[in-house]
Amino acid sequence: MEELGLLMQGFSVALQPGNMLLMLVGVVLGVLIGVLPGLGGANGIAILLPLTFAMPPVSAVIMLSCIYWGALFGGAITSILFNIPGEPWSVATTFDGYPMAQQGRAGEALTAAFTSSFIGAFVAVVLITFVAPVIAGFALRFGPPEFFAVMFLSFACFVGMSRGSPLKTIAAMMLGFLLAAVGMDTVTGQLRMTFGSEEMIRGFDFLVAVIGLFGISEILCSIEDGLRFKGQRAKIDLKVVLRTWAEMPRHAFLAARSALIGCWMGITPAGATPASFMSYGVARRMAKDPNEFGRGRIEGVIAPETAAHAAGTSALLPMLTLGVPGSPTAAVLLGGLIMWGLQPGPMLFVEQKDFVWGLIASMYLGNIAGLLVVLVAVPWFAAILRVPFPIIAALILTVCAIGAYTVSNAEFDIVLMLVFGIVGYVMKKLDYPLAPLVLALVLGDRTEEAFRQSLLLSEGNLGIFFHNWLSGGIMALGVTLLLWPALTWLRGVLAGSFGRARAA
Amino acid sequence: MGMDLMTLRSTRRSVLMGMAACAAAGTAQAQRGWEPMRPVQFIVPAGTGGGADQMARVIQGIISKHGLMKQPMVVVNKAGGAGAEGFLEAKGARGNPHMLVITLSNLFTTPLATGVPFNWKDLTPVTMMALDEFALWVKADSPWRSVPEFIAAAKEQKLKLGGTGSKQEDQIIASAISRATGAPLTYIPFRGGGEVAVQLVGGHVDATVNNPIEAVTHWRSGALRPLCVFDGKRLPDTGKMTETMAWSDIPTCREQGLDVDYLMLRGIFMPAGVKPEQVAFYEGLMARVRETPEWKELMQQGAFNTTTLTGEAFRDWLTREEDRHRSIMQETGLLAPQ
Repeated sequence: MEELGLLMQGFSVALQPGNMLLMLVGVVLGVLIGVLPGLGGANGIAILLPLTFAMPPVSAVIMLSCIYWGALFGGAITSILFNIPGEPWSVATTFDGYPMAQQGRAGEALTAAFTSSFIGAFVAVVLITFVAPVIAGFALRFGPPEFFAVMFLSFACFVGMSRGSPLKTIAAMMLGFLLAAVGMDTVTGQLRMTFGSEEMIRGFDFLVAVIGLFGISEILCSIEDGLRFKGQRAKIDLKVVLRTWAEMPRHAFLAARSALIGCWMGITPAGATPASFMSYGVARRMAKDPNEFGRGRIEGVIAPETAAHAAGTSALLPMLTLGVPGSPTAAVLLGGLIMWGLQPGPMLFVEQKDFVWGLIASMYLGNIAGLLVVLVAVPWFAAILRVPFPIIAALILTVCAIGAYTVSNAEFDIVLMLVFGIVGYVMKKLDYPLAPLVLALVLGDRTEEAFRQSLLLSEGNLGIFFHNWLSGGIMALGVTLLLWPALTWLRGVLAGSFGRARAA
Repeated sequence: MGMDLMTLRSTRRSVLMGMAACAAAGTAQAQRGWEPMRPVQFIVPAGTGGGADQMARVIQGIISKHGLMKQPMVVVNKAGGAGAEGFLEAKGARGNPHMLVITLSNLFTTPLATGVPFNWKDLTPVTMMALDEFALWVKADSPWRSVPEFIAAAKEQKLKLGGTGSKQEDQIIASAISRATGAPLTYIPFRGGGEVAVQLVGGHVDATVNNPIEAVTHWRSGALRPLCVFDGKRLPDTGKMTETMAWSDIPTCREQGLDVDYLMLRGIFMPAGVKPEQVAFYEGLMARVRETPEWKELMQQGAFNTTTLTGEAFRDWLTREEDRHRSIMQETGLLAPQ
């Protein structure tokens, strides 16, 4: 148990009063950053990075990683309260979190989100503490075909998620792929579908689209309903935390499964966003009453939040051991490591034990600090919903516009956000699901890239996706999941005809 | 180790005191010239976490830590279209003295490969900060111990070379190797240098042309082996990086019979139409940045080529490099269709 000794040493570093203070500052800043859509964890850390150059590396990384934990926690808040995901990985949280808020259960949803985030992170940190080298080796096995297989699995988990017509789901998903293809094509180095416009070179940023599709269209819908914000008057106090906690043990299995999905996706490294979608899809698939999902089920909050936080935490592992960031935020932290004079990669664990174990210890403490901060604030967050809607709507619009602008400091993105708001409104009215569009927009690029890299490797042979047990296994699982609705339907038909034959 | 760091830090602090005094004298001198009146926007035409981004943020950190400039510096990433977004923004900001751009090779490659209406002459060159080296890396357990062995294997079976981005520096080097030796290589583009290095460690590609800083940790852990550096002379750093080798022990590609060299620009530019005293201010600022211990540490860690140029010499260098990029890209079919 060499790790335990090192971890204890790490705690002694992280528990120094100065570092504890930085931890608290980091968490509070992180929550604020997470709440503001557009100003993601990656941007937040990048802005604050230069401030940390004068600090010792351990203190710097403790503060910055706590911003990251805070942002992971904070992303859920606006998703649940206003249907506006503060971070890409909280999109899946809106599906059930926002309906819960509309039913007056905002406090419950927030508590569930924060608690399950904490559980996910905790599982991931334990994993990092004890099996880091083994897992790092596993991550090395992921080349382009394996990566594509994982992406394929994420999409397969998601198909059949929405209740509406399957054709509408496919149409929405294809629109997402189309939008994802705009801009630079990394495989050929050519610009695609920019029509000579300088603004289009950037492509469609996922966050701008999501702020419009979810946030703005929700406001449009509310305006149509006569500026009423439905059924939010509920008594909110800290007891809601205890009540929700009493309910949580029932979902222990769900949380464990989601945490595993999250850890796996974080290490692969596919990141927190696909993890949250995949976990939500699987939870829905495995539920006894899948049709209740999307109408305010607490499981629909627990599953994505646990997975997102587990993935977000374990994404730091490939960064530390291999020097490959598992998420955009990890990428910025990676830059930080180099500036503090540390070389990320396999030698870090050998040469910089104080730094690595101080960071790991701060992961434990930072998440506890984060949980306390956000839980204490639950009643306040939920109380925001008591503000009269016309006032809150104006505020949301402002925050959305700031968010859309911040993503890449471009005025054009505010226009885009409004356009996406109208698109979202029309899609809602015509009963097209938004989730498949969002999923395709956020993962479409990476999926296409992995697919084409694989085909370059194999010189056009599709067999490469089944070239070893790893990618072959994941692909087979994906195909099975994809065909599952068809298979159950087929079984129904067969059983029916068999039954009729017997009756005849 | 911990002790060493502590002593290092305290010496650094005393160096800083001296630096601060110098800086104060410097500002007094600069008062006669021009100084920024507003926060300076520092555009990075690449994503967060990459080499250019790292360098920009180090510069920003050094400037704020040592108080080299009264106004703050704000780093902004404009990565869209392989950096075209950032360059076009700087092109459109004619005469704005509160904007700087840090460039990498995409200064040449992006307009040449995509046909985006931009040329480095649309900007004012300020100074070359450094040149980034490239090395040919293979897995440590691969049978290839020298460049000729690698080239022979590549002629027998088509080897796969992973690199960052498409029609950019890594692919240019790959094409140049194929052109110089006749050995076909399949180029596989990935997103970032760190990812490329790990794809090689995992055995998904056969070779890479990573920058030293991207692959050094895998070299030291014994997973990768450098075959040669794409520079005219060997790297200067003689400190042992592994049990047996220092940066200076890696042969140049030319020594190994592979006549390819390539260095990547890390330079600072301003928009066009700015006044000479404004350019002079930033030239002086960057010269002071290069004097700091933090900068020297970065240069040593990344085994950078620390050549710096300003003014006419820098312009000449840019003109030559642009021609060279155009001719290599033309010969290898990477140029945008006109």
